[in-house]
Order: sequence, then structure tokens, then C-alpha cells
Amino acid sequence: MHSRGVPLAKRISSIIHGFESKTVDVGILDIGLYRDDISEKGSQRMRPTDIPVDINSKRVVIVDDVLYTGRSIRAAMDALNDFGRPGQIQLAVLVDRGHRELPIRPDYVGKNVPTAKEEDVHVRLEETDGLDEVVIEANEEN
Amino acid sequence: MESRVLPESLVIRGGRVIDPSANLDKVSDLFLIGDKIAEIGNLEHIPTGTKVFEASGMVVCPGFIDIHCHLREPGQEYKETIASGTKAAAAGGFTTVCAMPNTDPPIDNRSILEFVTSKARSEGSVRVLPIGCVTKRSEGRELAEMAELADAGAIGFSDDGHPVWDANIMRQALSYGAGLGLPIINHCEVPELAQGASMNEGWIATRLGIRGMPNSAEEIMVARDISLAELTGGHVHLAHVSTSGTLSLVKEAKRRGVKVTCEVTPHHLTLTDQLVMGSFEEENAFDPLSSFAYDTSAKVNPPLRSKEDVSVMAEGLSDGTIDFIATDHAPHSAIDKMCTFQEAAFGISVLETALGSVLTLVHNGLITLPKLISKLTTEPASFLNSNLGTLQVGKPADITIFDPNREWYVDSSKFLSKGKNTPLNGQYLKGKVKATFLGGQKVYEDS
Amino acid sequence: MIEEMRNNDGVSFKHVLDIDSFTRSDIELVLENTSAMEEVLNRNIKKVPALRGKTIVTLFYEPSTRTRVSFEQAGKILSADVINVTDSTSSSSKGESLYNTVLTIQAMKADIIVIRHHHSGAPHFLARNLKSHVINAGDGVHAHPTQSLLDLYTIKKRLGSIDGKKVTIIGDLLYSRVARSNLWGLTKMGARVVLCGPQTLIPNDFLNGHRKQEGHPFASVEIESSVEKALDGADVVMALRLQRERQQAGHLPSLREYSQSYGINSQRLKLANKDALLMHPGPMNEGVEIEPDVAHGNQSVIEDQVTGGVAVRMSLLYTLAAGSDNEILPRP
Repeated sequence: MHSRGVPLAKRISSIIHGFESKTVDVGILDIGLYRDDISEKGSQRMRPTDIPVDINSKRVVIVDDVLYTGRSIRAAMDALNDFGRPGQIQLAVLVDRGHRELPIRPDYVGKNVPTAKEEDVHVRLEETDGLDEVVIEANEEN
Repeated sequence: MESRVLPESLVIRGGRVIDPSANLDKVSDLFLIGDKIAEIGNLEHIPTGTKVFEASGMVVCPGFIDIHCHLREPGQEYKETIASGTKAAAAGGFTTVCAMPNTDPPIDNRSILEFVTSKARSEGSVRVLPIGCVTKRSEGRELAEMAELADAGAIGFSDDGHPVWDANIMRQALSYGAGLGLPIINHCEVPELAQGASMNEGWIATRLGIRGMPNSAEEIMVARDISLAELTGGHVHLAHVSTSGTLSLVKEAKRRGVKVTCEVTPHHLTLTDQLVMGSFEEENAFDPLSSFAYDTSAKVNPPLRSKEDVSVMAEGLSDGTIDFIATDHAPHSAIDKMCTFQEAAFGISVLETALGSVLTLVHNGLITLPKLISKLTTEPASFLNSNLGTLQVGKPADITIFDPNREWYVDSSKFLSKGKNTPLNGQYLKGKVKATFLGGQKVYEDS
Repeated sequence: MIEEMRNNDGVSFKHVLDIDSFTRSDIELVLENTSAMEEVLNRNIKKVPALRGKTIVTLFYEPSTRTRVSFEQAGKILSADVINVTDSTSSSSKGESLYNTVLTIQAMKADIIVIRHHHSGAPHFLARNLKSHVINAGDGVHAHPTQSLLDLYTIKKRLGSIDGKKVTIIGDLLYSRVARSNLWGLTKMGARVVLCGPQTLIPNDFLNGHRKQEGHPFASVEIESSVEKALDGADVVMALRLQRERQQAGHLPSLREYSQSYGINSQRLKLANKDALLMHPGPMNEGVEIEPDVAHGNQSVIEDQVTGGVAVRMSLLYTLAAGSDNEILPRP
């Protein structure tokens, strides 16, 4: 998923290729058109969606950096369903920070990081931000 | 025994009395007996039974005279009636208004003219003087029976709403009018140049995608009429002038001794075409349009002109090129303006904001207060060849009392006129009428 | 993830009345979103739930199948409910005023109204009298912002960028709302704009020195009387439609003379850059402002302009539906 889910997915794919010598395809998903909160949050800059293969009956793993309320993941599942009927959808996240608002659970978690709602979790990756780190910050707005 | 009814007497006390006809400008009391002016001076002793109107801090001057006013009755009573229009006039400090004949049916014969004058007598709040049509049914083809109209009281002739298109008819009208000693009042607009246009031609019109009327449309006919007045010896009065080119032509013609006079409206003295963009501030004409652009309350004919034209109007008034101010009060109902700009009716409801508007020129130092007042009183009276517009002893007690510094908020929904159509709605003006007297009777007082 | 996006250049418009109120970055946002929307158009299932539950009413007082269908398609792909009202179906032929028709539509609780009208300022009239968002699909001779955005999109897509490109617009500027919107759009995006056409069809204040005023948005636009010089080295050639009414209104002696002086034919087109784009907002008067061979030739991107139209409109509908209720420009 845009944006940091993409380099994570690519890393995972290349690690798998390293172990198993098998190619796992990586797709890019922008969920802007599937969100349930357009009227509150305003429209955002959209980025391209690119699903390069047929996903019917395939096992698709959604990769994201931070799992929070779960609403992005619900939107991603709706988007995927418009591309076909996957055999199985799983979820892999680098950080699970809790505070779910929907019954969504990850299949693969990098690290569970309990947080307060007033905090923000920022994942930074070499590909997008120049370094790898996860930072928890107090939310300036509160 | 017959009891003698003493005429009522009234003292207007302590105001700054300005009467340009007598070169008077001093704090004074004004004493009225009945419907005439009895004395001006500092009254030490006020007779018992005399009513007193306190006017200290106010200006006291002759009642304003409006040569150009649309009362819409008969035929368009949903826009205005003689009753509502004259109430609005009184609120604006006007004690005499001249009713333009573009009613329905137009005033091209005695019976319709007498309908208007008799309605005015019974229901009007101020004096109404009628203007007759130049041509039959205002169609521009045959002269109306001008002698009969004059005999019934017309003070001049006009096909206002549109010009007298045909130069030969205009020539004949000027000549015939000269024989009656009355002017032809023309709305100068060359139709071929103004066809389909809704506002001033210029950058604002271009960016709004609205067809504009170029200055030439007015100036060409002004030049025509000046030449015809010169040819016939008749008197042409140019209604609502709006361009600097017109002023140049008039100035030059007056120098040659041609019988040409002209009037200017409060809006052409103060407002520009930028108002059509929907903002009152000195806004950048290059700013993006908001949804308030295409403001139909700013649609008027002649159109609000550019900054360049408006800026020379005040001087034209001050140096005498422009003879006087006339409102061209053009009330419309909401339906006529609640539509696209192209569809909207032309016209602004002016009577109740006229004073506040023109006082802007005084506040900005462009004209003195006494001179401004003369443009509302002495000069129009002289055009009418009447004994109005003056505070001299023995003359009719038509008096306007106003506070030149009173700031007030324009809320057109509160207008006494049925016409709420003004771009000044929501703005502040400085200067308001306190009271208006017609023949010694109070016809308006500000609450 | 959504939280991160919230701080990231969210834009909200209340209306799309003309390009004059878009900043350069607003335009860039719309163009980027248009790319994303084009991807949706290439899917098997051309439907996304973004505008589900929203009502879009198209109100077309001027006939236009192409634009209306484009908006309708855009709305439906976004899962909105689209209701079409055309002049013959509205009551305007019975003399019902625009205001009354519009109140009727408001009762339908339309979220977005798309209006095309023959009077300039009709969309502004709606915008200040109704709660709905308003998109201007062409008003009188004032503006046609969606067409301009799609022209910009087409240029960007084909040439990679708009900055510095020489865009020559030929024809009837006086009556062309597309050209006027394009002047705003192209100058904001840094193009070098050259206008060429008969002097009677160029607004007087473009010719009389008014543009020398400080801050004039079109100060850099060049007016060229020779069509050859105008076309020389152009990256984009835009031909504007010339209507017969112009001759009747006295602007031109004949369409024939116009065609001889200004018509785009293959010989003239050769003066432009080898890869120059040939554009036309449509519908074309082939044989008048443009010759059939170039209209359908390989430099013509007129087809692209049509396809791009749906994506651009999707992009705008999406941005508006997410828009706030506060107008972006407050009343002074």
C-alpha cells in the first residue's frame, strides 16, 4: 500500500527470492477512491495503482508500515476485490500500534508497539526517507 | 362667525443653513409660516404656538430636486408606485421629482399625464412634475403631441429607456420643443454599438465574458445631439452622462454657446465597473472571480464605467460642465434581478442613498458642500425655470435637513422604495437625511 | 497511513467556476489525480465507491452530447447517482426561470451540479444561491475550466511538461470560452502563449495597451498577426472553432477568407515543431479553421482530448465531493 508499504513489500519479495529463488509479484495499491472518510479529511493527492498480475484465486498479502484503526486495510480489501477474487488475503505490517476500530488482525507483525492515541508513529525507510527507523512522537496538535 | 384658521408656523432651529441661490452658509434659524418661508435669522423670540424642530449640528437647505426618476406607475406597479416612490424620495431629501414617461402605457398624451399628476396629488408624498414622451408611444417614429403635454404640465420631453434613434426626428423634436421653450432629454446610446451589451466595455467585461458598451456608444450620440441643438437652437439635455469623452464634448459645446445641459447620477460619480465583479473593496481587477461575481445589482444603463471615467466626473460637476445631479432612480422587483447578468433588468434604486453617495465627494475634498447642494437644488430649479430650490423669503417651504457626518449601514430591505436593487446594499455611507419638509409640512423624519 | 496523508497537501474546493482561482499547485494536483483516474479507466471493473451516495445533477442548457456524457461517465464510475437535465427536459422552455429550475434541483439534494449555460455567470448565480457544489461545464463566452484542464493534461502527458512550451492559439478568441480558460491555465503553468487571429476577434483590451498594467495576468501573452510567425516553432497548436454567426455579426467578411488567412492545413502545420501537438476543443468545422487531413493526421491529439476528459472530470468530482462547505475565496 502507498506509500511506505511499497518498499517494504519489495524488500520482502526480494528476501523471499533470496531464500526460495521464487518470484513473488509486487503490486501497488492507492486506496484514495475507497476511503470511508472523504468528506471529513478532504481529498488527497492520488498515486497510481498498479496490479501487474491476475489475482484471481491467488494468495495476496497486503503490506503496510503501520496498522492502526484498520480502516485503510478495509479500503484495501475493497480495492482488491475490484481487481478479482483472491483465494486468500493476508496482512503483513511492520508495526502494530493497537487501537483497532474494525475487526481486522494482521497475519504477520514486525513489532507490537502499544501507543497512546495522542502519539504518532512514524516509520522511515531508506528508500523513501534516507534511513531506517521507527519513531514515536507526541502528537503536536493535542 | 367664521373662525379664522391661523396658518401653522414652524421654526427650524440652529442648523447650518446653506442656500446657494442666496450665497448663504451660516448657522441660523429658519422660520416658516404656512407653506412659505417667512424669515431666516437668529430668532430671539419665538411666537407661541410655533412648533420647533431642533436642527443643531445639521445642514438645512432647500429640498432636493430630482429631474430624472422612474416611478413605474401606471403599468409596473410591482416595481414601484407613485406612493412608494415618493415616500422614498422624501426619505432621500427630495421634495420634487420629475417622473420619466416610460411607463406602460407611456406618457404620450394628456390623459395619462393627468393620471400621474392626480395620483401624485392624492397619494404622493412629494411634488411630482411630469415629463412627456418625445414620440408617440416612445417608438421614435412620430412626434408626440408635445404642445398638449406641455399644456398639461410636462416640464420637458424624453423617450428615456432608449435614445431618440432617428436623427431627423431628434432634429424636429428639438425644434418643436424650442417653440414650446422646453428641452428634449435624451438617453444617448447608439444601439448598433450597444446591442446585446450589459456593462462597460473593458477588461472587466472581457474577463467576465460579458459584451460591453464602449464609451463611443454614448459619445457619438452626444456629438450628434449637440450638433442638432446648434442647428435648431433647441435645448438638448443629456441624461445620465458617464464618460470623460462626453464631458469634453459638452464643455466645448457650452463654450460655443450651444444650448446643451447635462446631469450625472450618484452612481456614475462614485462607482466603477469593478463592482460587477462582486466586491466593493478597491479590489484588484486581476483577482480570481468569486461566486459573487456577475452582481446584477450593479447592472445599469449607462453602465458603471472605468476608474478613469469616474475619476473625472466630480471635476466636471464642480467646474460646471455637468449642470446638476439627477438620480435616475430605477426600481425593480427581486424577480427582475434574480437571474443571470445578461437577463437582469438595468437599473439601480437610488433615491434613499443618493445623498450619502454624493457626499463622498465632499468628504474626499472633490467638491465643496455648498456647491454640491447647488447641484441638487439651485441648478435643477434653474433648469425647470421654477421658483423652487431656494430658501428665500416668500418661496415655498421645501426644506431638507440632513446630518452630513452620520454614518449609517445600507440595508435595502428597509428601503421605503419597492426597489431594493442597489450595489450599495451592505455598505456604509456617511450622510443621512434627518427630515424633509414639503410646503412647510413634514413628509419625512428619520427615526 | 491515512493520518499521514491528511497532512499532505489535501485540497478542498467548493466550486470549479474557472481556472483563475486555481494556483499552479492546485492545477498540478488535479493533473496528478487525473493520471490515477486514468488507471481506473483501464481496469476491467471500471467502478470505485468513492462517491457512493452522492448525487450529481447535470444541467445542460446548451446541447452538448460529448461533454455531458463525459461528466455522466465520470460520475458513474465513481459510483455517484447521476441525473441529467437537458434544456428540452427542463421547464425553461415553458419560461421557468433559471432560479426556479435550480430550486427544484436543490430539493433533490444534489451534492454537485454541473452546468452548461449560454449566459456568462450562470454557474456563479447557482453557486451563490445554492448549497451544492457547482462545476462550470461552459458558461457563455466566459470559461470552460474542465476543457482547459484536460487540454493541460493532454499536453503534459504527451510532451512531459508545460513550462516554456510555445502554445499557439489560433482563431476566435473573442467568443471562445475554452481559449479564455486556457489563457489562465497555460500562463499559470509557465507556457509561452501566442494568440493569432483576425483583429476583430481579439478583445480590444488585449490590443490597446491595457496589459501593460502592473500585475496583469496576461502581460506575457503575445499577439501575432501573421499566422506563419505564430506557428513557427510551436510545440502545441490549438485551433479554435469559428462559427458562421461571426460573419453575420459583422466581424468577418466570410468564412472563406478566414480559412485562407488562418486555417490550419498541413503546409502551415509544418512550420510548427516536428512533434507539435494539434489540438481542437471540438466540434470541428472541417474546412474552415482546420483541414480534414491534419484534423485526423498523426499530430492530432483530438482523440486524446476526449478520453482525457473523463479522467479529468473524475478527478474534479472527487476533489469537490471531498470539499469543505466553506468557499475557498471569502466574500470581502
